[in-house]
Amino acid sequence: MVQITSALPIAKMVGANRVVLGTGIVHVTGDAKLPPADEKELRRKLVQKALDALQSNERE
Amino acid sequence: MPCPYSRLSPRAYPEEFAMRIAHYLNQFFGGIGAEEHAGKELEVRDGAVGPGRLLESLLGNDARIVLTLVCGDNYAVEHQDEVTASVVEKVRHANVDLFVAGPCFDAGRYGMAAGALCRAVQAELSISVVTAMSEENPGVDLNRDALYIIDSGTSIANMRNVLDKMARLSRKLVTKEPIGLPHEEGYLRRGWLRDQLVEKKAATRLVDMLLAKMNGEPFESEMPPTAFAPIPMPAGVKNLSRAKLMLITDGGLVPKGNPDRIEGTAATRWGSYSIEGRDDLRAEDYEVSHGGYDTRFVQEDPDRLVPLDALREMEKNGVIGKLHDEFISTCGRSNPLSNTRRLGREMAAKIKRDGVDAVILTST
Repeated sequence: MVQITSALPIAKMVGANRVVLGTGIVHVTGDAKLPPADEKELRRKLVQKALDALQSNERE
Repeated sequence: MPCPYSRLSPRAYPEEFAMRIAHYLNQFFGGIGAEEHAGKELEVRDGAVGPGRLLESLLGNDARIVLTLVCGDNYAVEHQDEVTASVVEKVRHANVDLFVAGPCFDAGRYGMAAGALCRAVQAELSISVVTAMSEENPGVDLNRDALYIIDSGTSIANMRNVLDKMARLSRKLVTKEPIGLPHEEGYLRRGWLRDQLVEKKAATRLVDMLLAKMNGEPFESEMPPTAFAPIPMPAGVKNLSRAKLMLITDGGLVPKGNPDRIEGTAATRWGSYSIEGRDDLRAEDYEVSHGGYDTRFVQEDPDRLVPLDALREMEKNGVIGKLHDEFISTCGRSNPLSNTRRLGREMAAKIKRDGVDAVILTST
């Protein structure tokens, strides 16, 4: 499992092994300030990072 | 292989006993066998079995285990309601003063069954109950507030010592003697606050502790924080292009109308919702049940919480094998650990059943 979250201290506290930093508590996998196309690109990158973490054996 | 605990010959007991006890054991300690017998149904034996014989002798001459209930670990967890009802009935008829379950050490299913049975017996029959587990046993967090759970550690070699603590605490409970603090009696912290008369004011005690800490001296906190046991890291996914992925969120995204009535705070429920055939999540189909963050952005576009659009693309491009047809959702706000651990376990069971290889959890 990989967790995408903006509340990093909580993920660390409970001992999550794979964590990717999200783009804010109110939109973890988005950013309302960006134009839609850019926001989608950001989400693609974030999800790709999560997939990379899933395949890795490094704690992150 | 003959088991040393099976089919005990009845022992001679005097007619009257001061303390009558019922004892619950799993199939292993009940002498039936190991994992291959975990599906065994509930069995009733007269008298003490296995560790019960030692417990009986530690309790003293006036104590007698009149009834031993033995059940396979899988059967007990898979048929919990049925087993619980049956155990409560049998214990009621046995007319006992005390119900003991275990010790369970780190056996998870055993601990969960023992905890559920102790709770039910305590609640329905109002008799004293005692069990024992290791701190990490999942039965502990589910039940620590309701039960006295002796800290058994994980080693069965400590059986005698654990049973001795169980016996001492049992006697106090049955005779209604005052129960000491966790470290005095050997039970796991129940999360209770108890009034106590002390000499020094809080400010003085606090500064004393701080000074001790600065000087590297030992001190005891009056408010120990919750400890999280380390979670072993599962190996990385080897072949993502053949893996089945699932999306989970604790951000409270639910279909319009919140069909499972997932609470926006301290949620006791979770839901699993179909995304079959969808390429992204439309605002009009969903709402957010979460009282802990400004949900407007997610309401506007749910992919900001559950990134279906991006993952669907990756499924189509062959980056991942398959995106599971459902996503799981609950609300992660202000929830007691005993509850969230149950939710997590229930989700994990479903994920396993559905053959999911990896999960992306999005948390607000």
